[in-house]
Amino acid sequence: MLNRGRNIEKGRVITRRMFILAAAKILLFAGISSRLYNLQISDREKYEILSDKNRIREWKTPPQRGIIVDNFNKVLASNDRVFQLHLILDEISDFDVTIFKIKNIIGLDQFQIKKLYKKKDRLKPWDTLVVSDNLTWEQFSKINLYLHELEGAKPVLSTSRYYPYANDLVHIVGYVGDASPKDLEKPEIKENFVPGLKVGKYGIENSQEKMLIGNYGIKRYEVNASGKRISQIDYIKERQGNKVNLTIDIEIQKYAQELLKGKAGSICAMDIYTGEVVAMASSPTYDPNKFTHGINQKDWQEIRNNPLKPLINKSIAGLYSPGSTFKPLVALAALEYGILDPNKTIRCKGHKHPYELYGVKYHCWKKEGHGYMKLRNAIKQSCDIYFYEMARLLGVDKLSIIAKRYGLGTNVLGETYNDEKSGLVPDTKWKRRALEQSWYLGETVINGIGQGYIQTTPLQLCLMTAQIANGGYKIKPHIIKDESINYKGVISKIKLDQSNFPLHERNYLDDINVEYYQRMYHKKSNINFVLDAMFGSTNEQYGTSYKSRYENPKYQFAGKTGTSQVRRITDLDRELDLDTEQIEYKKRDHALYIAFAPYKDPRYAISVIIEHGGSGSKAAAPIASKLIKRIIDRHKLREQFNNGNTSLA
Amino acid sequence: MLRERIQASNYSFLDKLRSIDYLLILLIISIGSISVFAIYSTEGGKFSFYTKNHIIRLSVFFSLFLVLSFVRVSTWYKNAYLFYIVGLILLITVLFFGISASGATRWINLYFLNLQPSELMKIAVIICFARYYHRIQSSDIQSYKFLIQPIILLIIPCYLVIQQPDLGTSILIAGSGIAIIWLAGLNIKYFVYSGLLLLVSLPFAISILKPYQKSRILTFFNPDRDPLGAGYQIIQSKIAIGSGGFFGKGYLKGTQSYLEFLPEKHTDFIFTLFSEEFGFLGSIILLFLYILLIYRIINVGLVSRSFFAKLYCFGFATAIFLYVFVNIAMVLGMLPIVGAPLPIMSYGGSSLLSIMLGLSIVMSCKIYNQEQISVY
Repeated sequence: MLNRGRNIEKGRVITRRMFILAAAKILLFAGISSRLYNLQISDREKYEILSDKNRIREWKTPPQRGIIVDNFNKVLASNDRVFQLHLILDEISDFDVTIFKIKNIIGLDQFQIKKLYKKKDRLKPWDTLVVSDNLTWEQFSKINLYLHELEGAKPVLSTSRYYPYANDLVHIVGYVGDASPKDLEKPEIKENFVPGLKVGKYGIENSQEKMLIGNYGIKRYEVNASGKRISQIDYIKERQGNKVNLTIDIEIQKYAQELLKGKAGSICAMDIYTGEVVAMASSPTYDPNKFTHGINQKDWQEIRNNPLKPLINKSIAGLYSPGSTFKPLVALAALEYGILDPNKTIRCKGHKHPYELYGVKYHCWKKEGHGYMKLRNAIKQSCDIYFYEMARLLGVDKLSIIAKRYGLGTNVLGETYNDEKSGLVPDTKWKRRALEQSWYLGETVINGIGQGYIQTTPLQLCLMTAQIANGGYKIKPHIIKDESINYKGVISKIKLDQSNFPLHERNYLDDINVEYYQRMYHKKSNINFVLDAMFGSTNEQYGTSYKSRYENPKYQFAGKTGTSQVRRITDLDRELDLDTEQIEYKKRDHALYIAFAPYKDPRYAISVIIEHGGSGSKAAAPIASKLIKRIIDRHKLREQFNNGNTSLA
Repeated sequence: MLRERIQASNYSFLDKLRSIDYLLILLIISIGSISVFAIYSTEGGKFSFYTKNHIIRLSVFFSLFLVLSFVRVSTWYKNAYLFYIVGLILLITVLFFGISASGATRWINLYFLNLQPSELMKIAVIICFARYYHRIQSSDIQSYKFLIQPIILLIIPCYLVIQQPDLGTSILIAGSGIAIIWLAGLNIKYFVYSGLLLLVSLPFAISILKPYQKSRILTFFNPDRDPLGAGYQIIQSKIAIGSGGFFGKGYLKGTQSYLEFLPEKHTDFIFTLFSEEFGFLGSIILLFLYILLIYRIINVGLVSRSFFAKLYCFGFATAIFLYVFVNIAMVLGMLPIVGAPLPIMSYGGSSLLSIMLGLSIVMSCKIYNQEQISVY
């Protein structure tokens, strides 16, 4: 019984203790339930956001760059297939080992490896490292062969910029390269940038970035904890950049570059009515394709150290004294202001009796002198003495108004190129402001033959020629096709105006600003006089470019030579009278030539500059002559194409 | 004469069938089915390795449970110490011949199963203690002589398990043992004193922990300390559960677990997955199933005559509670991360085996609940 009593007591204890435990259990389960309530009901939103953040990751996909085409829709800058090697960083367990293997397979040098490590440090752990963006086919197939040994390696077929006309267009089209921190500050790049995207560095590629860059796409993936993509949940497709249509004719451009081969200089050709730049060559040149994947040091030094300065686009950034090519404009200014009767005769007596002003002697280029000259002959034979006197009578300020009106002293292509130079058309105000000196009459005199302070770019000379050749109408020069211009309408409007209104109504001679496609002359006969004199210069005996003429009226052109001194000519030089070949290259004169063609019903203006080429008539005019023929031969094609008949291309 | 009647009583098979706790069996089947679905989900809705294995194990161990349920409770009683000794031997075997995985040596390769003896030890301790206290008079319980023995019996396996290292299982073993000592009626002051002692020695205890254990505990107090390292699991688990909301993301739609943000999702973190997919509602239902299970086990204890059966059932119920509580509290970020599977739900043969074994003893207590076991 005692036992039983004890046992009953023990049983009670156990049961009591069990109930205490059970109560504790219920309490703790209640705790768990309330915690669940907290997480899943009170804080649900917070954790939902965290969960989405966890599982969704975005990848930006690079857009294809817009292509650049010429007037005939020929592709000047394309996107070509390239072989690349990418590394998915979060799939790599040991970066050093992987790089070592890759190094052995495709053969990287120490410098490249260092660069890769630097690049990798800037990336996020789930980013993609571009090991090489331009593998050869051999390297690419080797990588594919060893792919199973390479963690995270991804051979990629991608596109990269390719310039089929390489050297012929670099100054116009430019090139692309990796974005610098400065590039990334530009809004159009910042908004559309994807790591690895190439951006425009120079030329059209650079200035038309907004058009060309396109919009990146977004791929949203569901990812797991290690960042591995599980499934694609969203894909906003990237948009290729817009096409940029240039006014250039690549055939003419190519030919122009060919004509400049081995020389330093520029050729520009322009439609005198529409203002389309047909060709704009600059020499020497270089291959833009080298820049796409980063130019190597050796090539870069070669380009940079070339004394002929291939990096400068001489057509818009090369500044030259226009020399005698300025004379038609001086003559036009003098006639427009009524300073001088074109029948006025001045005698050029040669070096023995130069033009004298306040005891300073001004020589004509011709040793023996031209003899008695009227204005037409003075232009035709490019007599300096006549222009000294004419400039003296005209004065620099009036001359500068006309010069500026016809396109000198301002950027021709506006914002299209950020390396374009505006040149300089001096006047008395300018000198006082810039040099804080008063103007000397002697400076006016040499200004009359295109020397002195005056500085022009070849394209400005081309525009000047165009605007004289079209009968004195202001045109809108451009190198990118302008949809807002009705080309046909513009041409017929100018031609109609030419025949209807011989005299300008308002006294405009003090006013520089003229609207596009409006007359810039006062008296049409003045323009015609200058055009006729230029015809004489090319097509009549004793004309300075007589040797380069065409008899065939189809190709017949009118022009004006120019020889621009690069230093002061001393008496000693005059005595020696050396041939161009005998002078040190750097000291030789620049050869210039401006022309328009065909003479009857002109359509194109051209300017040629050969740096240190000697005289314009010998070095520049023959080149212009060859190019004019090619331009006129292609005119019909261009006209038909631009009028909508695209099947001819 | 009563004793005679009871001792002589021969249970007919029909009687046995009649006294089976069918609700308990139903609960086991329910939780088992839920676990199959949950593990199927961890594999991303593919019927492959884990799901197959889990189903096979469930069926084998469930059959084993049914068979062992008919073993007399007195047989369990008689072999209780043997059970404990076998468990101890296996633990020592692990020490020398165990196979390792992720830095811990916990398993013995039995070819068809990698046995984790520490899981069996959880049951062995309970059954051993139940037997021990079965025969001790309530007057003797408070004496040091009878107190020192169970403490030694408890310290040895706990020490061996910590060496593996497996802090979680070791704590669970200790917890079950202490629960039975408590049930047996040891004076409450011992618990208070030892509790205080534990608190005081905590800094010292932490200092001898392995670095990963230390970091787990530090991380528990501040999961953002190392969000991609030690705190990763707990942060991701909380995100998964929290984002489940009231109704959950739907079956097979748990992004967190499906996308592998959850570590060990088919073992210790199975509740996270379940909770993400079935939400608050599903979690509460699962919790309720466990509460019912515990209640049924306690009920068996209440209707049993022998102290052994009572102590065992109450002890085992407490053990189940501890496993469930520690596991869920852990994935909810209420306790540090220690390896503790969720009974039946978690993938893992040894844990399932020991739970089924434990349950079969409970069932045996139920079937033979009138069996009197001699105190002497």
